[in-house]
Amino acid sequence: MTATDTLPEGWQAALPPLNAGESLLAWLELDLDAKLSFRSSLVALTNQRILTATESWPLTATAHLHHVDHAGVGMLELDDGERMLARWRYTLGRNPAALHFEREFNRQRDSRASGLPPPAPVAAACPICQLPIPADEEECPNCARELHTPPSTWVLLRLWRFAQPYKGMLLAGFLLTLAATAATLVPPYLTMPLMDEVLIPYQNGKPIDTDKVAWLLGGLLGSAVFAWALGWARTYILALVSERIGADLRTTTYEHLLKLSLEYFGGKRTGDLLARIGSETDRINVFLSLHLLDFATDVLMIVMTAIILFSINPWLALVTLIPLPIIAWLIHMVRDRLRTGFEQIDRVWAEVTSVLADTIPGIRVVKAFAQEAREAHRFRDANKHNLEVNDRLNRVWSLFTPTVGLLTEIGVLVVWVFGIWLIAHDSITVGVLTAFLAYISRFYARLDAMSRIVSVTQKAAAGAKRIFDILDHVSSVPDPVKPVALPPLKGGIQIENVHFRYGNRAILRGIDLDIQPGEMIGLVGHSGSGKSTLVNLICRFYDVSEGGIRVEGVDLRSVAVADYRKHIGLVLQEPFLFFGTIAENIAYGKPDATRAEIVAAARAAHAHEFILRQPYGYDSLVGERGQSLSGGERQRISIARALLIDPKILILDEATSAVDTETEFEIQSALNNLIRGRTTIAIAHRLSTLRRADRLVVMDRGRIVEIGNHDELMAREDHYYRLYMAQSKQLDELPALGMSA
Amino acid sequence: MTSSAFSLTRNPLGQLVLTKVGAGGMAHEGVTPVRAFALTAPDTSISLMSAEGKELQWIDSLDNLPENERHLIEEELTQREFMPIISRILSVSSFATPSTWQVDTDHGATALILKSEDDIRRLKSPGGLLIADGNGLHFMIRDRRDLDPHSQRILKRFL
Repeated sequence: MTATDTLPEGWQAALPPLNAGESLLAWLELDLDAKLSFRSSLVALTNQRILTATESWPLTATAHLHHVDHAGVGMLELDDGERMLARWRYTLGRNPAALHFEREFNRQRDSRASGLPPPAPVAAACPICQLPIPADEEECPNCARELHTPPSTWVLLRLWRFAQPYKGMLLAGFLLTLAATAATLVPPYLTMPLMDEVLIPYQNGKPIDTDKVAWLLGGLLGSAVFAWALGWARTYILALVSERIGADLRTTTYEHLLKLSLEYFGGKRTGDLLARIGSETDRINVFLSLHLLDFATDVLMIVMTAIILFSINPWLALVTLIPLPIIAWLIHMVRDRLRTGFEQIDRVWAEVTSVLADTIPGIRVVKAFAQEAREAHRFRDANKHNLEVNDRLNRVWSLFTPTVGLLTEIGVLVVWVFGIWLIAHDSITVGVLTAFLAYISRFYARLDAMSRIVSVTQKAAAGAKRIFDILDHVSSVPDPVKPVALPPLKGGIQIENVHFRYGNRAILRGIDLDIQPGEMIGLVGHSGSGKSTLVNLICRFYDVSEGGIRVEGVDLRSVAVADYRKHIGLVLQEPFLFFGTIAENIAYGKPDATRAEIVAAARAAHAHEFILRQPYGYDSLVGERGQSLSGGERQRISIARALLIDPKILILDEATSAVDTETEFEIQSALNNLIRGRTTIAIAHRLSTLRRADRLVVMDRGRIVEIGNHDELMAREDHYYRLYMAQSKQLDELPALGMSA
Repeated sequence: MTSSAFSLTRNPLGQLVLTKVGAGGMAHEGVTPVRAFALTAPDTSISLMSAEGKELQWIDSLDNLPENERHLIEEELTQREFMPIISRILSVSSFATPSTWQVDTDHGATALILKSEDDIRRLKSPGGLLIADGNGLHFMIRDRRDLDPHSQRILKRFL
C-alpha cells in the first residue's frame, strides 16, 4: 500500500499528483457527499497530508481525526484542536476501511508529534468476527460472504462432500432406479401384441390363442411384481443413504459449531442456530430422499419412454413428444405464480400467529387493562388480511388442477388425432396406438410433480447455504498449525501491553500485569471497565488484538487451546448445570474421576451435605428438569467441578454475586479451599469478597489505574477508595437491595 | 415558558453549543438534537441531549423557536437522521434473501442489502414501509401503493 497504483479500480485519476517522497498510506471510498446524497468520492492519507480530489490538509501534530457513527451513517471529522476542517460521510459498509484510515492517521500524527518513526502497522481485524483481514481486501471475506451472497442452487453440489462415503450405495441405488423404471415400462409394451395379435384377430373372427394370452398376461403380472421388488429395494437403499448423509451433515455442523469461538455465539440467536442444525438438515434430507429421487426417476422414465416410442414409430413419437416441453413450461409458469402466492400466505400466516404469540403470554396485561376487544379486533384484522390473500391465490389455484388435466387431455388428443390418421394410412396398428396412449398418459401425470422440483430445490439450496455458512466459518481462536508443547504450569501469567477491540469499540487499551504463581488477584472496577474481557482473554475465549499473554514464557496463541484450558478452573456467576446427575456434573471436566474424588471435591466445596439431602444423593438428577437446587447450591456444585480438575489457574467471575450474604459466607469458605495454592483471578462487585486478595487491580475504561492491596489502596484515597466508600454507604442505606448489578 | 429560554450557537469545531438562560449561563458543548418520535412525529417532540447523553432541553415543536435556533436544529437533524426515501426499486439480485436491491432514493441511486424479510417493517401509516439494510441504514417507502408497477411487483415478493 505504498503507491498510487494500489488505489481501487477507477480511482487512480481521482487524486492530484503526490509530492516527491510522499507515499499513499490509506484511502477511504466515500459513498455519501456533504448533502448526504449517494455519490462516491475518495479521501486518501499520505505520510504528509490528507487529500481529496480538490483539497488537502497537512498532517500537523495538533490534527485530530474523530470517528462517530449514528443511524447507519459513519462520519470522520478532521479538526486542528480549534476549528473543524473537514467532515466525510459514508454508509457503515465502509466502516472497516474508515477505522483503518483513522488508525493509520493516528500512527502518522503520533509519530509527527513524538518525532519517532511510526510503529509497525497493525493488521486490520474484521469488526464482526475479529479475524485478521487480508491486506488486499477491505472487508472480512468471512462475514461479507454471509451478508451478500444469495443462496444459489449450486450450493447443493457441495453436499457431494457428504455423499462421497456412500458412493457404492448411491451407484447401486441408481442402477436399481434404472431397472425399476425399465420394469414399469414393460406393461404398456405388452399391450401391443395383446391388441394386435389377440383381440383384433378375435374381432375379425379368429379364436383366442390361450397360450399366448397366458404368456402375455403372465408377463404383465411378472413385470409388475418385478417393478415392485426393484422399487422397494431402490427406495430403501436411497432412503438409507440420504438419512446417513443428513446425519453426517448434522453431526459435522454441530462439531464444527462447538469449535467456533464465543464471539460467534455472541452474534447469533440460539433459535436460529437450533433451526439450522435441526430443521434445515432435515429439509435437505427430505429433498434428497424424496424430491430429488422422484425427479430422477421421472426424468429416467421420460428418456426411456422416448427411446421406446421412437423405436416403435419415430413419427408418432415425435408428435407425442413435441407438446410435452410446451405443457411442462406452461405448468411451470402457473406453479411459479402459485409459489409466490404460497410464500405470501406463509408470511400472512406468520402475522396471524404472531398476534396470538403476542397476546396469550401477555393475557394478564390484556385483561388488566381491559383490552380484550382491541386484541380481538387485531386478530380479526390479521385474519381478514389472511382471507384476502387466500382468496386471491385460490382464484389461480382452483384453476391449476383442471388446467393440468386439460393440458394432459389435449396432449392425448393430439396423439389420438395423429394416431388415427396413421392407422387410416396403414402406417401403424391399433396396438401401437394403444401402447402410445398408455405411455403418454403415464408421464403427463408426472409433469405436475416434476414442475415442483424448482421450488423445492430452491428451498433446499437456501437450507444448504445456511449450513455451509456455519461450516465455512473459521474459528477466530484458531489452533496453531504446530502447537508448542505446554511446559508444566506453575501458574504465573504475564500480560503484556494487551489491547482488545470488540467490533469498533476498544475495550482494553494496553494492559500490563505480571501475575505470580499462587497469587490471588482481585479485579475491581465499574461494569464495562474490561474486567470480564481480560478474564476471557486469559481463558483464551478470544484472542488479543495487540500485545500478548504468556504462561511459563509461552504465548497462549502458540499452544493448543484444549491443552491449555485443561489447567483452568472457571466458576461463573450463573453456574450452568447440565442435565444429568450431580456426580456427572461435578465430574464434567474429568469424566473418569473416581467416586472418592467426586466426594472429596464436593466436601471441599461444602456441597457434600446438601447433596446427601437429595433423594438419590450424588445420583439425583439436576439440570433442566431438576430445578430443586438453590442458587448457592448450584454454585457450590460448580465450585466442586472446578476443584476436581485441580487447575493451576482459577478464575472466579462474580462467583458469589448471585446469592444472598449468608450463602455467600458458605461459598466463601468453599472458595478458600479452592484458592489455596493456585493462581486465582477473581472478579467481584462486592469488594468485601476480595479482602483476601494479594493484590487488587483497579480497572477503568480498559486501563489499569491502581494496583495494591486493600490497605494500600484505601490509604491512597483514589479510585478504589471511592468505589469502596460508595459501596459501604449503599450497604448502610439499602441493605435489602441487591448489590450484584 | 420562561424556563425553556435558551440559545444555540455553533462553535468553530462544528459542534452545537447550548446556553440556558437563567441557569448560571452554563454552556454545553456538543449538544445533539434527537427526535423523540422519529417516525410518527418527526417535527415535534425534539430533545437536546448533552454529549454525555443527558437531556438538556425538551422542545415541543420547532415552529415556536426563533429562526436561528430552528435553523441550527434542522441542519443538525438532517445531518444526523439520515433516512433515504425509496422512490423506485430498479432491480433485485434474487428473491431469496440476502438480496441486493438497486434503488432510487431522494438522495440518489444506491444499493441496499436485505438480510431477511423480517427487516421490512410495516409502518402505521397505510402502505408505509421501513427497510433496514444489512449495514444498519434505514430506508423508507412512504406508501408502497404509490410506487410504479415494476417496483410494486418486486416488493410484493418480499411482503
